[in-house]
Amino acid sequence: MLDLALKGRPRYWIWVSFLITMILIGFICWMREHHVGAAVTTGLSRDVSWGFHVGQLTFFVGVAASAVLVVLPYYFHNYKTFGRIAVIGEFLAVGCVLIAMLSVFVIMGQPSRVWNVILHPTPHSIIFWDMVVLITYLSLNLLCGWTILHAEKKSAPPPKWIKPFIYWAILWAPSIHTVTAFLYAGLPGRPHWMTALQAAHFLATAFAAGPSLLIILSMIIKKISKFDPGQQAINKLAEIATYALIIHLFFIGLEFFTAFYSQIPDHMNSLKYLYVGLEGHSGMVSWMAISTLLAFTGLLIFIFPPLRKWNVTKLIGAVCIFFSIWMDKGFAFVVSGFIPNPFDRVTEAWIALNEFLVAAGVWSVGALVITVLYKIAITVKEKAVFDKYGQKQIVD
Amino acid sequence: MISRRDFLKISAFASLIGLGGAISINALEKKPGKNVLKDINALKGKRWAMAIDTRKFKTQEDFEKVIRACHKNHNVPEIANPLHEVKWIWTDDYEHSFPGTAEHYISKDIKERKFLLLCNHCDNAPCTRVCPVKATFKREDGITMQDMHRCIGCKFCMAGCPYGARNYNFLPPRDYIKELNPEYPTRTLGVVEKCTFCNQRIDKGLLPYCVEASEGKIIFGDLFDMNSEIRKVLSENIVIRRKVELGTQPMVFYII
Repeated sequence: MLDLALKGRPRYWIWVSFLITMILIGFICWMREHHVGAAVTTGLSRDVSWGFHVGQLTFFVGVAASAVLVVLPYYFHNYKTFGRIAVIGEFLAVGCVLIAMLSVFVIMGQPSRVWNVILHPTPHSIIFWDMVVLITYLSLNLLCGWTILHAEKKSAPPPKWIKPFIYWAILWAPSIHTVTAFLYAGLPGRPHWMTALQAAHFLATAFAAGPSLLIILSMIIKKISKFDPGQQAINKLAEIATYALIIHLFFIGLEFFTAFYSQIPDHMNSLKYLYVGLEGHSGMVSWMAISTLLAFTGLLIFIFPPLRKWNVTKLIGAVCIFFSIWMDKGFAFVVSGFIPNPFDRVTEAWIALNEFLVAAGVWSVGALVITVLYKIAITVKEKAVFDKYGQKQIVD
Repeated sequence: MISRRDFLKISAFASLIGLGGAISINALEKKPGKNVLKDINALKGKRWAMAIDTRKFKTQEDFEKVIRACHKNHNVPEIANPLHEVKWIWTDDYEHSFPGTAEHYISKDIKERKFLLLCNHCDNAPCTRVCPVKATFKREDGITMQDMHRCIGCKFCMAGCPYGARNYNFLPPRDYIKELNPEYPTRTLGVVEKCTFCNQRIDKGLLPYCVEASEGKIIFGDLFDMNSEIRKVLSENIVIRRKVELGTQPMVFYII
């Protein structure tokens, strides 16, 4: 099937070349860090030792986990509306897990020693488990998506042996994000992260941001190809994202209550820093204001059915929700955990250009993989729709 | 003429033998670190701990002597920018050394005092819990060790340490060493380093550099030895530790 990715129109090749260029730029920037040091190439410091890349890990693990939202209803509950979009979700998960894994790889100060994680397996470290669950989830989604698409290409039903793997992937999705939350939630000196709500909150944000991205991608696919993932499916995704977004905002409220009713300084400080500034340091306030504004704009659009169903506002709403959560979870959440530092002082952090370009390279790797997989899937599905229209797939 | 099939068979078999050989040689060579013969002069202790008598540190020179002894001998790079500096032992004031527990109405003398800060060698160290490669680990004598040659630079331990005691090499450290001590290894870019309670000296029967340079202002000894000097000073003075409430069991005590 891979040959299907080798035939495309000029715009396909322009997009692929763009991604490869970004990957090369990212690679050069990453190499630069190991020559001159992270002091020059990142916004990190001894007080804020994790930043943008770890944020990207956190965010994209979530997007990857959200594939379960189309896989579970379709394969487990036989919800036919998601029939056409299921493989799109699975392949999105493949790309996003890759982004997540590379995002954690690029923070390594000694990348050549990264095999030590396998050479000296350490079950009491959450990074070890993160590696295990992410590699497994990547393989499962690739296997399931590929096998089912292959069957579809041959106009045959999917083989029976794939079923257990599909159920495994369904169970695995929440677990990958739980493990990501455990990276943060068990550290004694970081009160902002140390909340039992962390994994649940991560899943809520993931289930809002993931479907939003899937909506955007489905609309792009519909626009540029003859394959239609289905209006009904897209509408259902928007509904799911609405509920998840409401839960996410509710959870933020819970964090505020616990911190500000108990009035324990350690629990209030990071929230103060994020939303109003702490001891004159307000580097993240406007960032969080934009994130909050985007969240409520998305909520307003998605909560009213006519706005949620009209494709123009739907797209705007999805973009708002996606970027709101990206800004929060992809950077602010990580940095604010380090503020104030162990000496009750504030050291702020920002994203350096070199760091951003490395991240852009990482996103491009994910985007390239998603592009190639989508290209294959769309070509197969376009044929399926046109050969046996109405017979094989549901039409709205 | 050897057929393609046979050639593949032979080469697969040969590489298997090679692999097996390599594994068995490795297995024979690997001896657990515990069995390595210890220096007969090595200091023996079950739980090394340190008590810093903050009353005795009077002048800036008192602190500097201690810090210099450590940093010079351990080839700690001198980086001026506080964002990226590397420090194994340093000072801070009362309020910032004990945030959350610092008493507002305590004597002016203590408020203005400076406190030596270093790795606490916690008995229940979060950094060793989170390290994915066991580059930081607990020794039997309680020292929280750091293997700078295994560290992958993921910085998880820096997020895990509640005391800000860990340093990541954000800059090439060798460029910032003014006077090289050839006796101690230098580090590379992208690894984490910190105080190791001078494990290399303890193993030779010597006290840590800072203890030696303090001339009696820092007491070092075995906390599990009832008759040790450290147990004596801990029982006879008012001592505080940093962030005890976190359950990390820090092994550095401050006499106030």
